[in-house]
Amino acid sequence: MLNTPRRGERLLALIVLAAVLFSPPLVLVFDRPATGPSWLPLYLFAAWGLVIALAAWLLEGPSGPRE
Amino acid sequence: MRSDAVVLTVAFGYLALLFVIAAWGDRRAEQGRSLIGSPTVYALSIAVYCTAWTFYGSVGRATQFGPSFLLIYLGPTLAMLLAPFLIRKMVRIASAQRITSIADFISARYGKSSSLGALVALIALIGITPYIALQLKAITVSHAVLVNYPEAAELRLADEPFWADKSFWVALVLAVFIILFGTRHLDASERHEGMVAAIAFESLVKLAAFLSVGVFTLFVLFAGPGDLFGRVAASPELAGRLGLDAVPGGATGWVGMLVLAFLAFLALPRQFQVLVVENVDERHLARASWLFPLYLVAINLFVIPIAMAGLLLAGDAADPDSFVLTLPLSADLEGLPLLVFIGGLSAATSMVIVETIALSTMVSNQLVMPLLLRTRRLHRGGRGELAGWLLGIRRVAIVLILLLGYLYHALIGDAYSLVTIGLVSFAAACQFAPAMLIGMYWRGATRNGAALGLIAGTLVWAWTLLIPGFAQSGWLDAGFLEQGPWGLAWLRPYALFGLEGWDIYTHALLWSLTANVGLLVGVSLFSRQSPLEQTQAALFTEAMHPHLLQTSLWHGQTSRGELRALLDRYLGAAATARIFADQDGEAPGDERPAAPALIARAEQALSGALGNASARVLINSVVRGEALDLESILSILDTTSETLEVNRRLEQQSQELARTSEELRAANERLRELDRLKDEFVAMVSHELRTPLTSIRAFAEILRDSQALPEEKRAHFLEVVVKESQRLSRLIEEILDLARLESGRLTLDPQRLDLVALARHSVDAVHHMQEDRGVALEVAIAPQAAPVVGDPDRLEQVIINLLDNAGKFADEGEPRVRLSLVRHKDHYRLAVEDNGPGIAAEERERVFEKFHQIQRPGESPEKRRGRPSGSGLGLPISRGIVAHLGGRLWVEEAPHLGGACLVMELPEAPAS
Repeated sequence: MLNTPRRGERLLALIVLAAVLFSPPLVLVFDRPATGPSWLPLYLFAAWGLVIALAAWLLEGPSGPRE
Repeated sequence: MRSDAVVLTVAFGYLALLFVIAAWGDRRAEQGRSLIGSPTVYALSIAVYCTAWTFYGSVGRATQFGPSFLLIYLGPTLAMLLAPFLIRKMVRIASAQRITSIADFISARYGKSSSLGALVALIALIGITPYIALQLKAITVSHAVLVNYPEAAELRLADEPFWADKSFWVALVLAVFIILFGTRHLDASERHEGMVAAIAFESLVKLAAFLSVGVFTLFVLFAGPGDLFGRVAASPELAGRLGLDAVPGGATGWVGMLVLAFLAFLALPRQFQVLVVENVDERHLARASWLFPLYLVAINLFVIPIAMAGLLLAGDAADPDSFVLTLPLSADLEGLPLLVFIGGLSAATSMVIVETIALSTMVSNQLVMPLLLRTRRLHRGGRGELAGWLLGIRRVAIVLILLLGYLYHALIGDAYSLVTIGLVSFAAACQFAPAMLIGMYWRGATRNGAALGLIAGTLVWAWTLLIPGFAQSGWLDAGFLEQGPWGLAWLRPYALFGLEGWDIYTHALLWSLTANVGLLVGVSLFSRQSPLEQTQAALFTEAMHPHLLQTSLWHGQTSRGELRALLDRYLGAAATARIFADQDGEAPGDERPAAPALIARAEQALSGALGNASARVLINSVVRGEALDLESILSILDTTSETLEVNRRLEQQSQELARTSEELRAANERLRELDRLKDEFVAMVSHELRTPLTSIRAFAEILRDSQALPEEKRAHFLEVVVKESQRLSRLIEEILDLARLESGRLTLDPQRLDLVALARHSVDAVHHMQEDRGVALEVAIAPQAAPVVGDPDRLEQVIINLLDNAGKFADEGEPRVRLSLVRHKDHYRLAVEDNGPGIAAEERERVFEKFHQIQRPGESPEKRRGRPSGSGLGLPISRGIVAHLGGRLWVEEAPHLGGACLVMELPEAPAS
């Protein structure tokens, strides 16, 4: 699963990225406009989808060992 | 179509289908063709995380608190991304130690402590039963909504006796299901294949149902997302509910909820059950770690549209927890509401099934069994009798847990909204996370620290969430919420120590985890571990080391007979036979001492059935002496990790060494080659010098000794001597040139010159000689002028050499040589070709080697004597000169005459 050290490092970096994307400083940035529907839900789904796509690419990608 | 009869038929028909699927799954497992051996099924079974609380409650939460419902699913997404590190380690530990539940896991980590296991089981029971009640309540409410619509559901619920409550009967059917498929094996660490297959199927059903409502809402009730959100934007009151302002506690509440969901996902008993205990193959984690988050995205995609649509169409008066049902009902649909009801039912039942199995295992293995073992009366039980007892206990526990859940739902369930109960349970489960996670990575965590941390965390949880909840249900006087108990304001449950303005869950999580982690770490630092604790701590923290503890470390003494009797009593004859079967090919002699490996296997088997604390007690009851050599385990573990580190470094060093020696070898090889070339060169030079010298000497001796030679002969001999002397001096000149070239001391005098003029001059110089040999020389010079930078004398030497060579190798009968000069990009190419036999492709580079002489095919050296032969140095020298001037010299196929073609390329001189 994590046979190469690079894969482990990349996955860790992805986890950090996900944690940052899902947490306040960035979340606050997307919580606008003040009037009208907020962009926040849209942003969350987009970030979520991005993280999942990266994880799928990382864990299933051709560079990985297909066990 | 929404008559009670139809609804009940469909609902119980669906439950019957679950029985069929589970039975099929178990049948396939017995045949060895497992249904659940795929990462996709594993990911779907993890989706038991999405309960009725997700199915109905997410929409309710979205209407009230905006996007904060998503945090319940973003936390698990983070946890699943960590799965290849964290959950993989948990799975490995669980399979090595035959862990049956999270209580067993924590008890095993802290020295197989039965009291700690009991504590965890108790907390789980208190914290999770309301959650089961919540699922039953969801079934009751959704059924009432379905049947009574458009009448409000609650109106009739209160007056009904329990036998009219459908969830009571659903709970009964589930009890039968769980007893049938959850207690098939005595060994609780074994997988429940049928149950997992049914859970995976239920995950598909609830997803399909929810997506159907979502699509219906978005595209049938409204004309797509644009229409819906256009109307939301038009209503400022609704639009404001999508932002962070709607989230309780703002940014702090946001982070708190994220952490809460992250920890709860790992520590909820049912998640531990599907993630760790039911894991078939740890490689499935890779797929599940992105597939399960994808499932979460899918099931949450339509929550906001449904919530907004519900608010737009039904308004605030309606119960938002039921929007999923009331929206399709309001459109007078028949089939869709029924599908939704089944979806909610599947979400509720899957959670109840897995949670009940996990809790009943904890109750039987961590609470009841240790008590029974303590009474000693059981030890006198007959063959296999206790195996039956154990399953019986588990079955009774299942019924009791479901009953407890039902009672909770019937008595106080109405006071809470769905989401509130869910989050209170989450916060309770979070209390297990420190003992579990810190214990997996910090070897120093001790049993006392874990126990005190758990107790303190749970007390804080009870004070800040559970008891206030009771108070709000009207069970207690709610006054202490505002003023604090006995007027102590700093003890107010929702503002402990005066921390105000936080949402209640983040507040509770902060204080409970602070107490929990603080005591766990603090007490651990100041308390000692028993030897067994040290061993278990080492086995847990070092679980990812390969080849860990292959050797058996049992050193106690017992006879095979005693061991057999013990296993017989607790596991039954069949299981005992299996354990002994792989062990002995030889005759079973019950008097002989049991092998250490056998004792280890016996303890493992007992652990799988009874939990490892009880297993340890039982094994110790028959094994004399220290059963486990703890000292040696510890030393092996320590050496293992040290050795691994040393090995790693050694390997690194040896790789470096190998690389260096490879480089040295290559350098040595090159030096040898150069040495060989030098020897060859010296030999060749001597040989080449000797040939003319010999003939000079021979003719000179003839002239000296034979006075009577005729004049013309004498003149001819003198002529030969002169010619050979010239050849000798030319040769020496060439060798000197070569030496200068190779040592880099060749002095060139580069100047701007016209290659056209130089070429013509060279042609004139050799013209006479070529005519003598009968060589027809063609000249084709395209450009008017060809300015290059070069040494004119040396370049002329090269061109003459090329022409001379071409003449020598041209066809014998009708020799032709052609010199051409063309411009090629910003270079000039001077090519000299002949109509000789040409040079084979593999020979083309070799003609530039020193002293290389081309053998004409079919020509003996004697026959060549008549032809002017070269020294074999002309081409190497020419190439050296051209290279010095920044050009190239190579051989190719002659384009016009068909023989060899030597091409000299020089860069065009920059415009002056």
